[in-house]
Amino acid sequence: MNIDSIKNGYVIDHIQAGKAMKIYELLNLNELDCQVAIITNAKSKKTGRKDIIKIDRDIEIDLDKLGFIDPNVTVNIVKDDCIVEKRKLSLPEKIVNVAKCQNPRCITSVEKSLDQVFYLTDRENQVYRCKYCEMSLKTK
Amino acid sequence: MKHLIDIKDLSVEEIDKMIEVAKDIIANKEKYSHKCDGKLLATLFFEPSTRTRLSFEAAMLRLGGEVLGFSEASSSSVSKGETVADTIRTVGCYADIIAMRHPKEGAPLVASEKSTVPIINAGDGGHNHPTQTLTDLLTIKCEKGRLNDLTIGLCGDLKFGRTVHSLISAMSRYKNIKFVLISPKELVIPEYIKKEVLDKNNIEYIETNDIEEHMSELDILYMTRVQKERFFNEEDYIRLKDYYILNKEKLEKAKKDLCVMHPLPRVNEISTDVDDDPRACYFKQAQYGMFIRMSLIMKMLGVE
Repeated sequence: MNIDSIKNGYVIDHIQAGKAMKIYELLNLNELDCQVAIITNAKSKKTGRKDIIKIDRDIEIDLDKLGFIDPNVTVNIVKDDCIVEKRKLSLPEKIVNVAKCQNPRCITSVEKSLDQVFYLTDRENQVYRCKYCEMSLKTK
Repeated sequence: MKHLIDIKDLSVEEIDKMIEVAKDIIANKEKYSHKCDGKLLATLFFEPSTRTRLSFEAAMLRLGGEVLGFSEASSSSVSKGETVADTIRTVGCYADIIAMRHPKEGAPLVASEKSTVPIINAGDGGHNHPTQTLTDLLTIKCEKGRLNDLTIGLCGDLKFGRTVHSLISAMSRYKNIKFVLISPKELVIPEYIKKEVLDKNNIEYIETNDIEEHMSELDILYMTRVQKERFFNEEDYIRLKDYYILNKEKLEKAKKDLCVMHPLPRVNEISTDVDDDPRACYFKQAQYGMFIRMSLIMKMLGVE
């Protein structure tokens, strides 16, 4: 299968197989009018299978959102047909309006104008806690 | 500006200093009777809690200050759909300090982010209740003479019991503390408390569902009520509410200087035949609550 190389934009590589659509939705890539390629189940030496997203435009990507969904991805920045930077991601310390607190007793369940803020409290087990009620949000 | 949202907002040194002031208030009440003259405390109780509200109001009145507020959401603008932030911004125009209770967890934190005056969390759902923890610490200090070297039994609802979670968190900062965690299997202490507080601080603990098994080792026995409002399923509540009932007979093996505590209100979990036992400290505990709130209000208003 051949997919055109991109001139200026991003190649989001090493996405855990099956997570590409989630990233597509969360980064609002459906709103772009440029070429976006989603490749699922590509062969990977490291993990067997992986997903890849190619975006043919230099847009602003929320790396915290991306790191929260899949901290193992690599973001390749492409300029004039060349990869000029490879960024390794990690779990962000804080995420805002990426996930919603599931605690029905949390103040965010009734005051909709509040941001949904979570802090990373346990990196090893990928545990985030709601800033307001401290209910955990397991990402594993 | 300082707020008190979570007991962890206070350092051990700040807590110790506050306890010392509270002890001085107990010994010299007259000395403090005009410390807050001209100051106004707003008690904003978005859910009813007569005991806690009266404790705050008594504390402020005994310091010479005055109080205003509401005791349930239906008598406030919340019933018209006002946000916590707007209520707080408005009340901050009238009062010097706010004690706030709210059924939603995190509401006092939202308030503190918008407030122009100090906010005291007087309980937010099943989350935090830091002035109850301060009350418990003053009680232990006054009744046992120390906050180190104690074996503390916590009995009842350890799953939803916020007073228990906060007390574990606060006592874990003192030396040589051991916990005996007594609960039915449905109401055991949450894993994250064990992992993030007890294990992290190398605190020794035992879990059991038998209230008598370790009775003879305890310096403190902290009883809690199974709270109906924490359950979504009434059947579970009815099944578990009378799981433990402490009575004179169960106290036979206990130390002579055991201190029996309870955040109150008590329902059936402590039999009234224990009330006259010199080891029953729960009514004194309520009084200590007022004294530590006096100390806290002074600290937060910057009154020496």
